Amino acid sequence: MKAQGTVHKYGDNVDTDVIIPARYLNTSSHSELASHCMEDIDIDFTKRVKKGDIMVAEKNFGCGSSREHAPIAIKASGISCVIASTFARIFYRNSINIGLPILECEAASKEIKAGDEVSVDFDTGIITDITTGKTYQAEPFPPFIQSIIADGGLINHVTKK
Amino acid sequence: MGMTMSQKILAAHADLDSVKAGQLIEAKLDMVLGNDITSPVAINVFNDGGATQVFDNTKIAMVMDHFTPNKDIKAAEQCAQVRRFANKYDIKNYFDVGQMGIEHALLPEKGLVGPGSLCIGADSHTCTYGALGAFSTGVGSTDMAAGMISGKAWFKVPSAVKFVLTGKPSKYISGKDVILHIIGMIGVDGALYKSMEFCGDGLKYLNIDDRLCIANMAIEAGAKNGIFPVDDITREYTNGRFKGEAKEYCADDDAEYEAEYIIDLSKLRPTVAFPHLPENARTVDEIGKTEVKIDQAVIGSCTNGRITDLRAAAEIMKGRKVANGVRCIVIPATQSVYLQAMREGLLETFIEAGAIVSTPTCGPCLGGYMGILAKGERAVTTTNRNFVGRMGHVESEVYLASPAVAAASAVTGYITDPAALKE
Repeated sequence: MKAQGTVHKYGDNVDTDVIIPARYLNTSSHSELASHCMEDIDIDFTKRVKKGDIMVAEKNFGCGSSREHAPIAIKASGISCVIASTFARIFYRNSINIGLPILECEAASKEIKAGDEVSVDFDTGIITDITTGKTYQAEPFPPFIQSIIADGGLINHVTKK
Repeated sequence: MGMTMSQKILAAHADLDSVKAGQLIEAKLDMVLGNDITSPVAINVFNDGGATQVFDNTKIAMVMDHFTPNKDIKAAEQCAQVRRFANKYDIKNYFDVGQMGIEHALLPEKGLVGPGSLCIGADSHTCTYGALGAFSTGVGSTDMAAGMISGKAWFKVPSAVKFVLTGKPSKYISGKDVILHIIGMIGVDGALYKSMEFCGDGLKYLNIDDRLCIANMAIEAGAKNGIFPVDDITREYTNGRFKGEAKEYCADDDAEYEAEYIIDLSKLRPTVAFPHLPENARTVDEIGKTEVKIDQAVIGSCTNGRITDLRAAAEIMKGRKVANGVRCIVIPATQSVYLQAMREGLLETFIEAGAIVSTPTCGPCLGGYMGILAKGERAVTTTNRNFVGRMGHVESEVYLASPAVAAASAVTGYITDPAALKE
């Protein structure tokens, strides 16, 4: 599986309150959540984002609340993959559980810039910055998590047993 | 190699003799929690997955606390969806307006979690119950749905960081000052993916509410859980209250910790986290007397809405008035705390001082309702997060503090050391 798109770049500690502010948590509609994604730190994100685009941030991405609405909003906005140097743990779990691909790679998170065209190979964990020509190797998922992804998410994994 | 307290609870629930950090396990759950925001998403996942029954209707708790009493039509619809699910599956621990309180104050109070429990909750502050010697952690709605179906969850066994608390804290030092000090020291990802295990002879000076507050904010350091050993203070709280079978676990002497911090509680000063991260901690001595003017003070939440929190605030507000231009909002965390505060005359103190007292709700903490900030406004609050836009407008500011500091600040209109108030 591969993804390719334009990069939207953020810094450290992007919290779930800015990914999707709590004032919009009175709905679980994916498209409605997506329409407010990132608006408190990047008001134009929803206008700029195109299907397949890639989000790149630095450390502790997704810190704060357990709201699954956060990865749902990102995924429903069209983002195909999030790359960060580290993820907050609940966000990490939630992303795997709902099928939003995420990769931890410190070098990529530091060097890739906003607007770069980037491709990601999820099978190998190789990230390619097409704009600069540089490649990066992300940490692959442990086999247990790969099996959840292969089953199409946690619920399918649980109900399959 | 020995195990930490957290690792022992995980091993016991995975039917394993031992586990080690990094190991992936599947463990049986004693309690699965959701609220009015996260449960609707979990119910959708539950239904879409074709599930037709829950694993145990006594081991699921659903608490309508975030946007209740319903703040708008959409919030009302979300609660209605959860109510229908709870009725259909006969969920025994469904708490609606009238019985509900803020979930992380309510579950310990109702005896639904206790020593040795393994609990997941679709709310990040589920880590609160570590104060009672439980392994408890926040997850998302899909994990909640899977837990409701299977009674199990997968975990990566965490490594741990040890915090040795020594000495006796001075008068105005509470659990909130301890945890804000720690987060200021290690940062918002200082314990990422790890357990924070607390120990030391200073624990005997921390009451159960202080411990619940400290464990509550473990997530603000990125931790998977925070946990306290079980002692007489824990037993006094859980005996006769906890409905399950209490099991006490102790870390092995040779348990491995990635780091160890020694914190002398006697040296701590009232601590405030400045915008926009809980790690931006400063003591009151580092804040000028009229440096931070406030528009609002909030005393409540799953962090600091318990009876000893309200007592600390009332002690300061007794016979004093909320400063002109400050809105002071007091929110007892549960009906039982509310009633107790009423019987002790605390509510009278707050109202006479010019504060308002609300029914239990998470409302203002996450910018839901009941105290939203306008552009440029500042609040001092006993809640747990001060992210951009957390309590309202994206250009508003949130300062995290203890109930004593919040009450003293409400009185002066500026962030204030409670000890500096004139008699």
